[in-house]
Amino acid sequence: MTSAPEPATQAQTGTLWAELASIVGAEHLRPAAPADAVDGVAAEKVVEPGNADEVSRVLRCANVARVSVIPRGGGTKLDWGNPPRRADLILSTARLNRVLEHAWADMTATLQAGCTVELFQKTLAEHGQRLALDPLWPGRATIGGILATNDSGSLRVRFGALRDLIIGITLALPDGTLARSGGKVVKNVAGYDLPKLATGSLGTLGVVTEAVFRLYPLPRETRSVSFAADTAQTLQKLVLAVQDSRLAFTGLQLRAQSAAPPQLDVRFEGIAAGIEAQLRQLVSLATGATPVETPEDTWSAREALWRGSQSALIGKFSVLPTGLGAACDLVARVAGPLGLAWKLVAQAVGLGLVRLEGQNEQALAEAATRLRGEIEQLRGSLVVLRCPPGAKARLDVWGSTGDALPLLRRVKQELDPAGILNPGRFAGGV
Amino acid sequence: MDSRIFDELRAVVGKDGLITEPEQLRTYECDGLTNFRVVPSAVVLPTSTEQVQGVVRVCYREHIPFVARGSGTGLSGGALPIESGIVISLARLNRILEVDLPNARMVVEPGVINSSVTQQVAPHGYFYAPDPSSQQVCSIGGNVAENSGGAHCLKYGFTTTHVLGLEVVLPDGSLVHLGGRTLDRPGYDLCGVFVGSEGTLGIATKVILRIVKRPEVIQTLLAAFNSTNEAGAAVSEIIAAGVLPAAIEMMDNLAIQAAEAAVHANYPDCGGLLLVELDGPSAEVELLMEQVKTICTSCGAWEIRVAQSEEERAVIWKGRKAAFAAVGRISPNYIVQDGVIPRTALPKVMSEIERLSAEVGLRVANVFHAGDGNLHPLVLYDRRVPGQEHLAEQLAASILRLCVKAGGSITGEHGVGQEKKDFMAEMFAEPDLETMQRVRCAFDPERLSNPEKIFPRPRLCAERQGPYEPHPLEVAGVAQYF
Repeated sequence: MTSAPEPATQAQTGTLWAELASIVGAEHLRPAAPADAVDGVAAEKVVEPGNADEVSRVLRCANVARVSVIPRGGGTKLDWGNPPRRADLILSTARLNRVLEHAWADMTATLQAGCTVELFQKTLAEHGQRLALDPLWPGRATIGGILATNDSGSLRVRFGALRDLIIGITLALPDGTLARSGGKVVKNVAGYDLPKLATGSLGTLGVVTEAVFRLYPLPRETRSVSFAADTAQTLQKLVLAVQDSRLAFTGLQLRAQSAAPPQLDVRFEGIAAGIEAQLRQLVSLATGATPVETPEDTWSAREALWRGSQSALIGKFSVLPTGLGAACDLVARVAGPLGLAWKLVAQAVGLGLVRLEGQNEQALAEAATRLRGEIEQLRGSLVVLRCPPGAKARLDVWGSTGDALPLLRRVKQELDPAGILNPGRFAGGV
Repeated sequence: MDSRIFDELRAVVGKDGLITEPEQLRTYECDGLTNFRVVPSAVVLPTSTEQVQGVVRVCYREHIPFVARGSGTGLSGGALPIESGIVISLARLNRILEVDLPNARMVVEPGVINSSVTQQVAPHGYFYAPDPSSQQVCSIGGNVAENSGGAHCLKYGFTTTHVLGLEVVLPDGSLVHLGGRTLDRPGYDLCGVFVGSEGTLGIATKVILRIVKRPEVIQTLLAAFNSTNEAGAAVSEIIAAGVLPAAIEMMDNLAIQAAEAAVHANYPDCGGLLLVELDGPSAEVELLMEQVKTICTSCGAWEIRVAQSEEERAVIWKGRKAAFAAVGRISPNYIVQDGVIPRTALPKVMSEIERLSAEVGLRVANVFHAGDGNLHPLVLYDRRVPGQEHLAEQLAASILRLCVKAGGSITGEHGVGQEKKDFMAEMFAEPDLETMQRVRCAFDPERLSNPEKIFPRPRLCAERQGPYEPHPLEVAGVAQYF
């Protein structure tokens, strides 16, 4: 098993900081401020390399000195996962922020890891294209960050996850190796699929410096409609009916909360005539549900779950598409007796975010544990993304990784044998 | 191989599950790439996961390398046996274990034939999207190993898009479950790493597949152009117009002639034939099809046909899918190449292929998945003419180098296998390959699972800590320590 690196001595780190300054330039190495803390763990320095080669050299030095490294993009999801065992050096990708190539005729694009999703999308839109993904906080979230956390939104039901969109990657490993895998063409089976290995690895295997994506055309027209019903089960039936139909929807999202009846959003993209015909078919399927006005920001409803003055726990759950209604009922059944308000946004693929709200940290932790117990019974999973520190201390935020844990640790051991990258933040304490 | 080991294997798989007779072993000496042949020491045919584990445990203990094999249709020698090793055939693990239509999932064993998956769910309006041309005979396990594509992966994605979970026997005989029925399980995406690893990371014994609802309408168009360049320009314009067809295939005149000779698909006799399939809601497909026709006409198409019935559509596809085999009608021998280029490089690469072909004096027939730039040049030759096979191999290799130079890949769907190991070093730098091999070491530290494939040079898996001692293989210059 990979453990946290042995702490470096002060003399060693003093030498290291000098080395790093000589690699990136003194102006790109600074002492960490309190705001740079990672999930409550104070950091010592922040380094901002200007290119992949500098990232690789910084990592190699940190590895030799056994200094822990926390890769950071926009910093929007830095409190996901366990708190790191140590956070000596923040490696910021802030200066790796460019779109390197938009091969629009080939529908691919290469960009640096620190580029924000919004900047990427704006660049692609100039040629009527997009990364077919709607992650959280696109204005601040970077490509490297969404890759590390495998974030995906409502478009997933049609276009898949990042794993289905990424076609190439450059990874800087702790020993300084710069490894490229995949390529710039959509179809390619030469060698192992390391883009998929990196996606969702929470920066524990290497630092992404560049990524290549396949793109999709921007839709000519988009229309969304919403339905309300008394119970989540009614909407669950509609979800399954839509999925079993021949409708070509690009969004199918269930919203539910303790204070109001559940709603379902459906989105179509394409050309007007096709959308109109599909809307008519949809209405004929939607027996038992009432058409309601679609909230303007409904496709970023996931973001609203992170807002609120009350202390809250936010988790990502994964169930089978047929289990969405049951998941809503389950959340209500667990949260109610513990005095917690709740709200969830789920996609028809079975993935959702749930917010449990209440002052009592113990109740939050208990609710998450009970929810996970029941969801794992249904072969699903629940990962806690954000919660008050008191609740986090009572929880395993990741849940079971099943019988693959020893293999997962061996992969980590091969690529980061000294365990300097994000020590302890990932599943299984990796 | 020691008879004691045969006894032990027989105890695991039963008397009829072990083949050791030289004549019978020859059936397994190659896969679809027939110019590499090795007779293995034994072949086992397990019927359960437990039997696969039992066999692999024996191999692990005795350090016997093994090669898993599905239907043996692979075109890169991925299932080529090792002389001192055994072949583990998954042909008898061929049950469809579960069909879950509401969740659009199926659980199958690796020996299940690709087209059987679709057949199972077609009555309910579903299909399994990856459709390699060999789909009538190739197995899901082989598809997982190769990350197989097919004509429709342009829109629907490859095998990896459709494999949600795997039960895998690791090379030490232990069993792990990667991915699962639900998405985004905690941990690394090791299922994504396993798919396409060409049997080098272990043996999949159960596969959780995603199936897809058949679209409302499917329309297939044939357009005849004077040249592949004109047809290629039409492909670019279709994509640039924001249309994402279910498939775009292209054939040149030689490939058309071959397909006609074999299956009488009634293709127009032309320099570049385009096959465009659109699917989706009917109102949308009708409108986009008009747009595609207009584009084709403006790019020089002189004949455009839209299939008027499911039968007509089937014939069109039959011609395309039979194209490789059909080349046997116009040439005694041929090499099937598989390379990828960025779509925009098509005209340039095509004219280069033409130039090389003329230079060497060998004909090249071209069949492409044009939508995603996946070329399948077929190099025609006659083995009876001394030296011609070598020339053909060199020409096939030059075409591959063209693909790499154009920013593409040495394989889009056939895999690296035995055939393209050396080309890996032309596409990737040493650190890239080393990193992949480190991942391999996590799965298979003893290098027992299909050990001689993919990588040009084996890497020894060893602890980095502690004093360095050279491995005997390293001293002998057989392996390199990184």
